[in-house]
Amino acid sequence: MADARLPTEFADLEEWSDWILPTEAERYTKRLGSTMAEMQAFYDAAFPRLEAIQAYAAGVPLGDGPVDDLDRNLAHLAFSLVTVSFPVEAWKQPHVPDSGAAAIPLVVEPGF
Amino acid sequence: MAHFAKPEQGSWTELYPQLGTDPVNYDDSIDPQWFEDERDAVFRRSWLNVGRVEQLARTGSYFTKELDVLRTSVILVRDADGQIRGFHNICRHRGNKLVWTDYPGEEDSGTCRQFACKYHGWRYDLEGALTFVQQEQEFFDLDKDAYGLVPVHVDVWEGFVFVNLADEPEQSLREYLGEIATGLDGYPFGEMTYRYKYTADIGANWKLFIDAFAEFYHAPILHMRQSVAEEAQKLAGVGFEALHYEIFEPVAHSVVSSWGGMAPPADPDMVKPIENVLRSGLFGPWDKPDIDLSELPPGLNPSGHRAWGTDSFQVYPNMVILIWEPGWYLTYHYWPTSPSSHRFEANLYFAQPKNLAERISQELAAVTFKEFALQDGNTLEATQTMLESGVVKEFPLCDQEILCRNLHHAVREQVETYRAGRDVAVTVGG
Repeated sequence: MADARLPTEFADLEEWSDWILPTEAERYTKRLGSTMAEMQAFYDAAFPRLEAIQAYAAGVPLGDGPVDDLDRNLAHLAFSLVTVSFPVEAWKQPHVPDSGAAAIPLVVEPGF
Repeated sequence: MAHFAKPEQGSWTELYPQLGTDPVNYDDSIDPQWFEDERDAVFRRSWLNVGRVEQLARTGSYFTKELDVLRTSVILVRDADGQIRGFHNICRHRGNKLVWTDYPGEEDSGTCRQFACKYHGWRYDLEGALTFVQQEQEFFDLDKDAYGLVPVHVDVWEGFVFVNLADEPEQSLREYLGEIATGLDGYPFGEMTYRYKYTADIGANWKLFIDAFAEFYHAPILHMRQSVAEEAQKLAGVGFEALHYEIFEPVAHSVVSSWGGMAPPADPDMVKPIENVLRSGLFGPWDKPDIDLSELPPGLNPSGHRAWGTDSFQVYPNMVILIWEPGWYLTYHYWPTSPSSHRFEANLYFAQPKNLAERISQELAAVTFKEFALQDGNTLEATQTMLESGVVKEFPLCDQEILCRNLHHAVREQVETYRAGRDVAVTVGG
């Protein structure tokens, strides 16, 4: 696929590429703007692949050179899965219960 | 029933008789005049941590820190000799804030060879000396040596950069930190520099958020739904007891030591599915980094308990260093902005991940932290508004809330001493 955004091993997750978001702010905003059904669908597709993602990612060294764009995208997809795991596994709603208008943005996000 | 031994006095609180066991008056969290007096009584005479040496990596690296509570902004910079210096962030010409970008109230950082004022172009070197005055010949016998940046006292402990805005600090940083420093000297803070920073503007007095993170009595209840259902019921039934508490002299720093190493948990059903796959959670990644943690400094795990999970050091007045058994740490800072608001900062520090899988595991730890903090932060605003109702003034604190009692006691002592000294001065002068 010419416009692949993920490593070929994870071609089945290409349809979820709108969850490839490079910043925590984008991921959190998309979570709050999604329905539970949308997040459950993404979770049901991506969570069963998470062990394979970790096995693959363990072979991508960090700290001694640039990371391939496709590998970086895979990590950002996994970060989104982490973000939606709280609504899906714990809250049963997009936002943290009783958190109201409170916001705690990530202002320094370590790069890789 | 107590699961962990308490001191022979019967409670942690009674080990420190100065604290008493009476209900605590929380007017110190709502009274505007009290807050005004805290500025000088507490903050101007304390060493305040404003960052770490990694933020000042090389000559010319700088960052600014807004200190609303002391009505100033400071610049921290590494000079040409590699020394870290601090200055008030004010141009000596006509008082413009010297270093800022776009928004004067926002903190700034970067690397430079000198500081140049946006207003009239006066320039200062990294040592703070005034080096250039625009149209210098227009001034009247201007002695540039007399117009350097105004310095602030700076010192560094284990990579943590502190400032002190007193004219002359009452103690050196080392003396001020006391047993915090001797207890934690040598912990590999410098090898854990992969940083996630969160900030939040919280609509509550700064002491209320310190209270929230200084006791874990709330954890099984407020954060119940973070755990899987069966585990949550069990946690709520048992409640929370710390392994150990300690309050230090002469400054009222303190520590709470807790169990909870869930890395990995004894029973995989105790944790959420994603935690099992990523081997990570609130307590951090389950697999330790490649850092030698075989010999911990004496201040960690003070009770020597095998179930030790974390120690939270309250560095008076407004900093927390929280070290987790699995080999990472975080800091909290609470910067007052008004009697009923403060800027909260949390920095999570991990070892540099060796591969992308370790980075993904760290992400779960960081996001979990945020989910907890959102619950804590919002609860504080609910507390602040009801304290301000004035309906109830005094509140019973239990033994597991000893560090809350200690914080309010220490602030009260400082403010009352300050007020007494000021009254004496007025009497003598008047």
